[in-house]
Amino acid sequence: MFDFRSYAAAASVEDAVRLLAEKPNAVIMAGGSDVLIKMRSRDMSQVDVVSIYGLDELRGIRLEPNGDIRIGSLTSFSHIEHDETVNRLIPVLSQAAGTVGGPQIRNIGTIGGNTCNGVTSADTASTCFALDAIIELTGSEGVRHVPIVGFYLRAGKVDIRPTEIQTAVIIPRDSYENCFGHYQKYAMRNAMDIATLNCSVNVRLNADGAIERARIAYGVAGPVPMRAGSAEAAVCGMPAGEDAAHIFADAAIRDINPRDSWRASKAFRIHIAHELAVRGLTESMRRAGATI
Amino acid sequence: MTQYQVVHCTINGKSCEAVVDVRASLADMLRNNFRLTSVKKGCGVGECGACNVLVDGECFNSCIYLAVWADGKSIRTVEGLTGPNGELSDIQQAFIDEGAVQCGFCTPGFIMSAVEILESGKRYTRDEIRRQLSGHLCRCTGYENIINAVEKTMNRRLGGDE
Ligand SMILES: Cc1cc2nc3c(=O)[nH]c(=O)nc-3n(C[C@H](O)[C@H](O)[C@H](O)COP(=O)(O)OP(=O)(O)OC[C@H]3O[C@@H](n4cnc5c(N)ncnc54)[C@H](O)[C@@H]3O)c2cc1C
Ligand code: FES
Ligand code: FES
Repeated sequence: MFDFRSYAAAASVEDAVRLLAEKPNAVIMAGGSDVLIKMRSRDMSQVDVVSIYGLDELRGIRLEPNGDIRIGSLTSFSHIEHDETVNRLIPVLSQAAGTVGGPQIRNIGTIGGNTCNGVTSADTASTCFALDAIIELTGSEGVRHVPIVGFYLRAGKVDIRPTEIQTAVIIPRDSYENCFGHYQKYAMRNAMDIATLNCSVNVRLNADGAIERARIAYGVAGPVPMRAGSAEAAVCGMPAGEDAAHIFADAAIRDINPRDSWRASKAFRIHIAHELAVRGLTESMRRAGATI
Repeated sequence: MTQYQVVHCTINGKSCEAVVDVRASLADMLRNNFRLTSVKKGCGVGECGACNVLVDGECFNSCIYLAVWADGKSIRTVEGLTGPNGELSDIQQAFIDEGAVQCGFCTPGFIMSAVEILESGKRYTRDEIRRQLSGHLCRCTGYENIINAVEKTMNRRLGGDE
């Protein structure tokens, strides 16, 4: 038995907002693959649960008329991994979703949970950072849109106000159009492991084969997922090639601040961060058509 | 104050109803209310796959799936694979033939993941089979034989090389 004080299942988004207004301290539960584990380990007890797991209206991926990609917050990793629109337009997100846990975890875990838990290692979060995702929140005051960089406040804490739930993760058209990306998860095992470090890179080349825009985000390089802005600026306008990849990586490691933990030392994480930046940009440039 | 809820669902093709504590996991409900003891409780935290069942055709670790979420769903366990007189299905027989069962604790979970693979009708490579089974731990470490059993059954069902 899980340690709930009470349980309420929302019947719709409005109903979830109403239930959260009634119980301001309630814990929102999507797939529960973080929340239920915390109850088992007694990090959470006697909680009022508001389950949103039944809200099918928050499942699925839609290409909007303006070209934005809207991912419902309850969409599972496996549905993201295999979605046609994602694979055609943002395959890097399919790649990231496919590295989470194992098949059963990918069936229960949601992108909403992965971005609301505020966890730095979350496998889809760095790609959402690298794609400048917009977080959609719905609460009693209406709907808000927050750029993902501003959504993360500190480790384990995101900008969700009382009565709000996250309803979608939106990838704007300009953010993915003509962009090619690559996601890498460095972990000790090929499956069922949390990232020691993860890195999502994407690039857009111009007609002359020079870098028009390169973006890089890391997980576990700081308390929350983060972009490495100096790396992005350093290669802007450079011709695609090996030099760019090394300049990119040299700058990237100056932006990050990983820590020592039982999983890995700070020095090792910096080493990995450099290598993943080189490989990430190289592979992204290749996917964009460059010969390197 | 304990809260109960009625759950209507289909289990192994039969329409069922149970009154469950809202704090119960699907594994609790399947074992305690329906005596489906093929559903094993190993780690209880989603790490080992011993409690894996199919819910509407997808694999879920029932130890971290709430019983009340099963309302309206179709659930399948290993008990639903056998024939009317207890005849074993091809995948169960293959586990025996390949020596893929040692203590047997992980077996039902593996078999339900195998069912998802087999019923997709797709031909998986050996690496894809490994990836599809990566949410299961076998403490007796019989992985090679398990993969052999799944691969051979897949090939037999799809026709072609064994
Ligand atoms: C065995 C195992 C392996 C795992 N492996 C990985 C891994 O490799 N990589 C990885 O990134 N994660 C992993 N996880 C963690 C977990 O599966 C993911 O973080 C997942 O995305 C959580 O989603 P959920 O829907 O289950 O979240 P829940 O547990 O339901 O919620 C997580 C948090 O987000 C909040 N929340 C969820 N949805 C919303 C919403 N729509 N609006 C507002 N708040 C919300 C909840 O209140 C809670 O604080 C693993 C977990 C397990 C048990
Ligand atoms: S008992 Fe459910 S995954 Fe281990
Ligand atoms: S056969 Fe013993 S755990 Fe797998």
